[in-house]
Amino acid sequence: MTVLERYEPLVDDPATFYAACERPLPAVVRVNTIKTTVEQARAALEEVGIAYEATDWHPGVLRLPDAQPGANWPYVHGWLHGQEEVSAVPAEVLAPQPGERVWDACAAPGSKTTQLAALMDDEGLVVATDDNMGRVSALRSNTERLGVTNIAVTVEDARNHSLKPFSSQADEPGPTTADGAMYDRALVDVPCSCEGTVRKNPDVLDEWELDQVEGIAGVQKGILRRAVQATRAGGTVVYSTCTFAPEENEAVLEYAIAEEPCEIVPFDLPLDASPGITEWQGETYDDSVTRAKRIYPHQNDTGGFFCAKLEVTG
Amino acid sequence: MAPDDADGDAMQDNHSDRFDRLPTTADERVVEGRPTRAAVLSWWNERFGIDPAVFEPYSFWERGAGKIWIFYGDLASPVDVDGLGMMALRTRQEHWKPTLEAVQRFGGHATTNCIHLPRPAAATFLAGEDQELDWDGDWGYLIVTHELAGEPEPLGVGLYVHDELRSMVPKGRRRELG
Repeated sequence: MTVLERYEPLVDDPATFYAACERPLPAVVRVNTIKTTVEQARAALEEVGIAYEATDWHPGVLRLPDAQPGANWPYVHGWLHGQEEVSAVPAEVLAPQPGERVWDACAAPGSKTTQLAALMDDEGLVVATDDNMGRVSALRSNTERLGVTNIAVTVEDARNHSLKPFSSQADEPGPTTADGAMYDRALVDVPCSCEGTVRKNPDVLDEWELDQVEGIAGVQKGILRRAVQATRAGGTVVYSTCTFAPEENEAVLEYAIAEEPCEIVPFDLPLDASPGITEWQGETYDDSVTRAKRIYPHQNDTGGFFCAKLEVTG
Repeated sequence: MAPDDADGDAMQDNHSDRFDRLPTTADERVVEGRPTRAAVLSWWNERFGIDPAVFEPYSFWERGAGKIWIFYGDLASPVDVDGLGMMALRTRQEHWKPTLEAVQRFGGHATTNCIHLPRPAAATFLAGEDQELDWDGDWGYLIVTHELAGEPEPLGVGLYVHDELRSMVPKGRRRELG
């Protein structure tokens, strides 16, 4: 059995699913509204003769059928960022507001981090954490190229994330160490077994091993748990992966709602998607995991993705 | 003013592994040679005509001698993190030098020492190449702009000396565009 055949019972139309997984993805860019507007960026692409197709769900996410994202004038001004279409979903679901405090728990190389900052009009605070120093230099290069100023970067294991650096001066208004400098929102876009990126990187299926799925699920649970702990009551946590494996998706949500004060909440998504599943290989999950969304490559001609929205209740 | 006896007190040294907020004015300065916020705002204003009000929501930090970072909002100083906003300015040399990223982000507010290039000259600049150009203004660091989508847009930093515009575009940001 191939890795993708493992998920055949989950998809409505396996033949279309397999066919979509075989096709390469078009280049896609997101317009960086910290430095420009969607209208200006589109005008710049027209001026330099690069064809684009607007996606029907997001005016600032553009497909470039004939070009690479990184070699044109709007790119060198930091107006565009190469980012796969479904990768733009979780930041939109988290919907951070200007002035809020937001944690990006697995931030490098920064596509979603910079999208969070743009949604906040580069105001407030994004704390961007990653445990890999090499990937953090890519993150910093991207945040600087895109003009992000509301970011603090930490290199640490997200499971042990410390809020300490983010207190304010005792004589200044704002959160202090004593009140925990809790986050309003957190994005938990975890490392995963990545079958959803097969259209970009077919080798991902050769490297897939069940042992690794089980190992990485433990890390995912730890990071999601820390994010719920670090977010204030009433705050929002978004959990996302680019894997189809229920062990890394619904099972991780099931763990979080059992161990921490939070619940899975419904959300609208202007893309075709399937609900989270409640049964997998003899395991059953809470009914509320059906509020999560599974995005398969054949549904919107994108990569594969999983996204859930949680509200912190206590 | 900076104290004369700099021995012993860790607060009086510059640390390369953490961010220290710039003192507001010289009266509050503890680390010798550290620029003040007031000096940074005056520099942007005097060199490029950028109104200090533009920087009002931001704090300025030093990590590594003379490397000044701009951060939206504020935190308790010092901050032990691996990045804070963006590096904006290098100050431990005779002529302060802004970064390409800061110029792209804030250079749209500049009114002086901006050199506007036609597309072919902008491409030469972006490729990292120096070029002979006429310029009536000051020598030194200039904001290089060119027109994109109908507006002049800041592209990077050039050094104008001896009838020549030297490209300061860092290697990793250079591109060969027609």
